[in-house]
Amino acid sequence: MTLSPTNGSLLQVRGVSFVRNGRKILDSVDVSIEPGRIITLIGPNGAGKTTLVRLMLGLDKPDSGQVIRLSELIIGYMPQRLAVPPFMPLSVERFIRLGVRSGKGADADALYDVAAETGITHLLKSPMQGLSGGEHQRVLLCRALIRQPQLLVLDEPVQGVDVGGQAALYQLIARLRERRHCAIVMVSHDLHLVMAATDEVLCLNGHVCCAGHPDTVSQHDEFLALFGPEVQRSMAPYTHHHQHRHTLQGNVIPTPVDELNGGADDINSNHHDSHADG
Amino acid sequence: MPMDDFLFRAVIAGIGMALICGVLGVFVVWRRMAYFGDTVAHAAMLGVVLGLLAGMDLNLAVLLVAAAVAIALQLLSRRRAWSSDTLLGILSHGSLAVGLVMLSIIDTVRLDLMALLFGDILSVTQTDIIRIWIGGGIVMAVTALVWRGLLSITVHEDLARVEGVRVMWVETLLMLMVATVIAIAMKIVGIILVTSLLVIPAATARRFSSGPEQMALISALAGVFAVVAGLAGSWQWDTPAGPSIVVAALSLFLLSSIVPVSQS
Repeated sequence: MTLSPTNGSLLQVRGVSFVRNGRKILDSVDVSIEPGRIITLIGPNGAGKTTLVRLMLGLDKPDSGQVIRLSELIIGYMPQRLAVPPFMPLSVERFIRLGVRSGKGADADALYDVAAETGITHLLKSPMQGLSGGEHQRVLLCRALIRQPQLLVLDEPVQGVDVGGQAALYQLIARLRERRHCAIVMVSHDLHLVMAATDEVLCLNGHVCCAGHPDTVSQHDEFLALFGPEVQRSMAPYTHHHQHRHTLQGNVIPTPVDELNGGADDINSNHHDSHADG
Repeated sequence: MPMDDFLFRAVIAGIGMALICGVLGVFVVWRRMAYFGDTVAHAAMLGVVLGLLAGMDLNLAVLLVAAAVAIALQLLSRRRAWSSDTLLGILSHGSLAVGLVMLSIIDTVRLDLMALLFGDILSVTQTDIIRIWIGGGIVMAVTALVWRGLLSITVHEDLARVEGVRVMWVETLLMLMVATVIAIAMKIVGIILVTSLLVIPAATARRFSSGPEQMALISALAGVFAVVAGLAGSWQWDTPAGPSIVVAALSLFLLSSIVPVSQS
């Protein structure tokens, strides 16, 4: 039996749970991915962000619930870690071409267009092994894009990139969506670095803590101190609107009504700690 | 002259083997499969003994056991109960030891153990040559067919899977091909040394290559050189042929690592 997503979604996660080594990593998670929208998954380390992404991609099977994809959905995937074996001679151009079957949009023009879009034209002849963190991530992004995806899945796209480069990369991702109208699912373990361009933030901690539109530009002291006002325009911190406490396992502890504000503050500082550790 | 005849056969067989070893060898180096190669080679001992017991063609018996080991490894490593090198250690030495013990029990058959362990290229027959070139040709054709998939899973398995590569299928195919090549090449350099023909030429090629195909080609040529030079040395100084081929490959590797290469 093949199901298809409802309401024009590209992909739907319905009541998905995932258990590994006796630990419930995801508990009845629902996500719906609409065409042309950016969803950012945030949450502390071990919150199940990468697990959720792997389930969406079909790399793992859920223990219960369903992941339903549009048939023939083309996904561009940027994995969290990728290291070309040190003894394998592979140029950036060749690496990118591995993403498409020859003759399927792999012509030179298409490749150069996408390379220009991601700003790596000058690197095409370089070996994969010598790239800087930022260059490496752009090359991965280029390989994901060469497939002309309807859905782009980016697992920690700014990993290993310096702070200035992170801002540039997030701006690039926002531009890609505008130009290509593809949906983007992005993972970040960093609460304070959520793009202003993101349409929806999904805070994950085993279950979906909260989901919704991020606040736009904020005057958060810490944020300003880190990035300065010019970068601020492209990013915004996400303020939590949910009002519950968590145990260490991420379970929700019901909060009495009169403690609501205190509870919300607790959550923020909790997330902040995990960010500082990471 | 009969002398020239067997040397000629040895060269033809050796070149066929070197070409295919060179091409598959690059994957052995990239994917760290050297220990897997050793395991399959050691299991070949068990294959020979089982072949003798079953009264079947020894090459076929070796091929079947090698393939069985490859598939067993693939299935066991999916379960993640043990790390792959522990599994390899168990299968490798386990099958070699069982083979040796069984060989000593069935002493009705005299078997040249030295030839099995170190190869006997000077005794290759016309049938062997045909087998090497047909078997090698098939492996070469399959490799060419799944080339992009092979490169793709070598770089990143999950990414390959998302991009539509049937990872398990391609990986199993590669293991079966390496097993086939080892079953073929074992006749020439023997169980102990056979992995070296997969590893050393490919390692030699790395510094002179800027792309995967180029590395496979240079690796194959380095292997051919090792066979020809090794056989010539063996003829000249009356040294055992199999080890001489490996020494030639090693010399080329050492020589090539001191040659300066301009890295653009």
